[in-house]
Amino acid sequence: MKLEIKNVSYRYTSKGRQILKDFSLSMENTERVGLTAPSGYGKTTLCQLLSGYLKPNQGEILLDGRPLDSYQGYCPVQMVWQQPEFAVNPRLPLGEAIKEGDEIEERVIRGLGIEPDWFGRFPTELSGGELQRFSLARALGKRTRFLIADEISTMLDLITQSQIWHFLVEEVEKRQIGLIAVSHNPELIDRVCTRKIDLRLLDEKNR
Amino acid sequence: MSGKKGNTSDSRKNRSDEQTMRDVQREDAPVLKIEHMSISFTQYDRGMHQTSLPVIRDLDVEVHGGEMVAVVGSSGSGKSLLAHGVMGVLPYNADMGGRITYCGEELAKERIKKLRGREIVLVPQSIAYLNPLMKIGPQIRRGSKATEARKKLRGIFRRYELDAGVEELYPFELSGGMNRRVLISTALMEEPKLVIADEPTPGLDLAVAKRAMAHFRELADMGAGVLVITHDLELALEVADRIAVFYAGTTVEEASVQDFEHEETLRHPYTKALWRAMPRHGFQYIEGTQPYVKNLPTGCSFAPRCPHCGAECAGEIDYRIVRGGKVRCIRAE
Ligand SMILES: Nc1ncnc2c1ncn2[C@@H]1O[C@H](COP(=O)(O)OP(=O)(O)OP(=O)(O)O)[C@@H](O)[C@H]1O
Ligand SMILES: [Mg+2]
Repeated sequence: MKLEIKNVSYRYTSKGRQILKDFSLSMENTERVGLTAPSGYGKTTLCQLLSGYLKPNQGEILLDGRPLDSYQGYCPVQMVWQQPEFAVNPRLPLGEAIKEGDEIEERVIRGLGIEPDWFGRFPTELSGGELQRFSLARALGKRTRFLIADEISTMLDLITQSQIWHFLVEEVEKRQIGLIAVSHNPELIDRVCTRKIDLRLLDEKNR
Repeated sequence: MSGKKGNTSDSRKNRSDEQTMRDVQREDAPVLKIEHMSISFTQYDRGMHQTSLPVIRDLDVEVHGGEMVAVVGSSGSGKSLLAHGVMGVLPYNADMGGRITYCGEELAKERIKKLRGREIVLVPQSIAYLNPLMKIGPQIRRGSKATEARKKLRGIFRRYELDAGVEELYPFELSGGMNRRVLISTALMEEPKLVIADEPTPGLDLAVAKRAMAHFRELADMGAGVLVITHDLELALEVADRIAVFYAGTTVEEASVQDFEHEETLRHPYTKALWRAMPRHGFQYIEGTQPYVKNLPTGCSFAPRCPHCGAECAGEIDYRIVRGGKVRCIRAE
């Protein structure tokens, strides 16, 4: 299965900076793509476009040849945000929030070191790294075909980081989920990904 | 140390002239001293049943003027709560025990209220602390329209590659990394004596992250006490003087930066595991997770994951001095 972004242009407001211009990229669900670019370059915007949170001004996003917004209900492209506190409803206990995911399996809960007790708590009652692991679990629902991970491990200690990436690589390989990992850490990308993309270089080529 | 040393590490090495001055200050009381801190949460389970979650237990940390201490440790080990405890901003259902002294005097509720945001500043972990309804400029200057404040802010922004136009924007109009730099700028507007930065650098590229750390280092060199909570051990080792290592709600080791050059000079098995997980030492991990507060083992809380664990480890574990550092492990020597 392919995830394609075709000739997409995007700016937030009509006078705003052109963040993407005639941008194209395509990946398979068997790939793990590492994305790098400087802070503020537009990595998060690209992630949001790919996962249907934003609509392109021009161009299209196709999943398996079909426009992404034609998929009803659960979106098969799931994004995990750099700031988990913005991705969860502050008034919803985690036991409710997890239902927004798609039948999250016990194996995923355990693999990410999530304590059953957390489900009775509100998001502010977890640490930054705990909430990040929760959001990751929620994105790994049954129908997820692509996972977009925007700097998901900077909030974790090195041991947990290493564990989480080990788990994630195994999980996406087994379930044939395509992974896009945004990171400032070149060593991490080398270890995790099957392909590397520097947005600046790609931009030049696209122009 | 790594080959990509920036000027941040040089700034630590070149401080020898300031050393004397700093040593004089050191004879005075530490800027921050935390003794036997404990924090627990009251939780109401189904019905009226009440449980207490002792998330921080018997925690000690000390920061002197002129010193930069980095706190590293496992996810959920209590680093942010320590910061919130000092700042007096814990939630209502939290109970704090132990003793916090600031410049030799107890830091009581009334006192921290007066010093917060002035002499004592916090760079919070979450950018959700920014006011979403207030433009960046007025927010950082805290309403001040003085030309002095404006000029200072311009200078800080230039340093962090934020252009002046950002002052007119709202937090939602900025990228995560830009908001992060705004949070750092907020703390740097004051002339603090104590800075607590809770993960100031995630999502920033290496150059900007280094610049932020160098900036905190400068504040320390000017005499402030700086406590930086971070997961970026590599970066911490380039700028800090000492490292405090947290695990499951307490300090398991305090070591100098030099101790991290080799695994053997470290003291606690958790610190050693963390060392081996550094990218340049192979990104290795150990199985298992930090024990949940409700299932804490008696004695050493790292025991279930420790390769050297024995029956004695279930007994009382003292926090003691070993080779000039401190460690909470009976086997360290
Ligand atoms: N309001 C609360 N009620 C119950 N438990 C809480 C509450 N707030 C925090 N905790 C728990 O206290 C522990 C310490 O939290 P803290 O935020 O200090 O961790 P941390 O060391 O900063 O972790 P991270 O590196 O992930 O940010 C965590 O296990 C967390 O789940
Ligand atoms: Mg924290």
